[in-house]
Amino acid sequence: MTPRDVACIELVELLTDYLEGALPPDEVAAVEAHLDLCEACRTYLAQMRATIAALGRLPVETLPESVYDELLAAFRDRRA
Amino acid sequence: MPVEDPELVDRLRAGDQVAFATVVRQWSPAMLRVARGYVHSHSSAEEVVQEAWLGVLRSLDGFEGRAQFRTWVFRVLANIARRHGRADERRNAELAGPTVDPARFRDDDDPYPGHWRDDAAPADWGPEPEMLAAEFRAVLGRALDELPERQRVVVELRDVHGFDGEEVCALLDLTPANQRVLLHRGRARLRATLEEALT
Repeated sequence: MTPRDVACIELVELLTDYLEGALPPDEVAAVEAHLDLCEACRTYLAQMRATIAALGRLPVETLPESVYDELLAAFRDRRA
Repeated sequence: MPVEDPELVDRLRAGDQVAFATVVRQWSPAMLRVARGYVHSHSSAEEVVQEAWLGVLRSLDGFEGRAQFRTWVFRVLANIARRHGRADERRNAELAGPTVDPARFRDDDDPYPGHWRDDAAPADWGPEPEMLAAEFRAVLGRALDELPERQRVVVELRDVHGFDGEEVCALLDLTPANQRVLLHRGRARLRATLEEALT
């Protein structure tokens, strides 16, 4: 069966479901058929992936050392 | 995010300080970001996380293992954060509508309706090292902070802290479909921000 036609405006809204593996097989085929033919949407998908990768490299905040120390003390007291 | 150690709870109950110190260091950064969804300042978020860990210690012996331990810890956190925090304002912030400006696509009277207009198609971002520059990290970090609250928490847990979708649903009490919508809208907004900065 030929996959259904998807326009770019619809495709951009399917990409997270596509990346999450949440699309049924016929929709996956439709997305991939479109991507094969459409360089602009391949670029868009690559940019979504680049965004996700960049998020994975953001520095993360954590608790101040003093709070870690207090929590460890509370943990020790719990046993006492 | 490392896979959860099945014996972690037993080790904590047995008073294993290394296990406790490790788990507090590993989970607190993501907990801080979840807490920030409920309270106004970073220091309030720190208090909420600290209180959550103390709450976990108090009820450790009562944990029955019906949920993943980490999910349970995040639920304790959410309960405490809700008590501290601003109410669930902005709860229903934008879950509908397109994530890309419809003006970038061709009209219905075009031979290819709904396809990118030539002058508005996404342009190449150039070599990846560009993306790694501190400048763009700062742009991305600010845009992340400005997302609607639930989008921000979902994107942070999934893409910054590496939680899987199922766990995010469990700890934020979301359906899988809603979790994906929030993730999609947040990621699309951030892509658009980077596009503005890079092209």
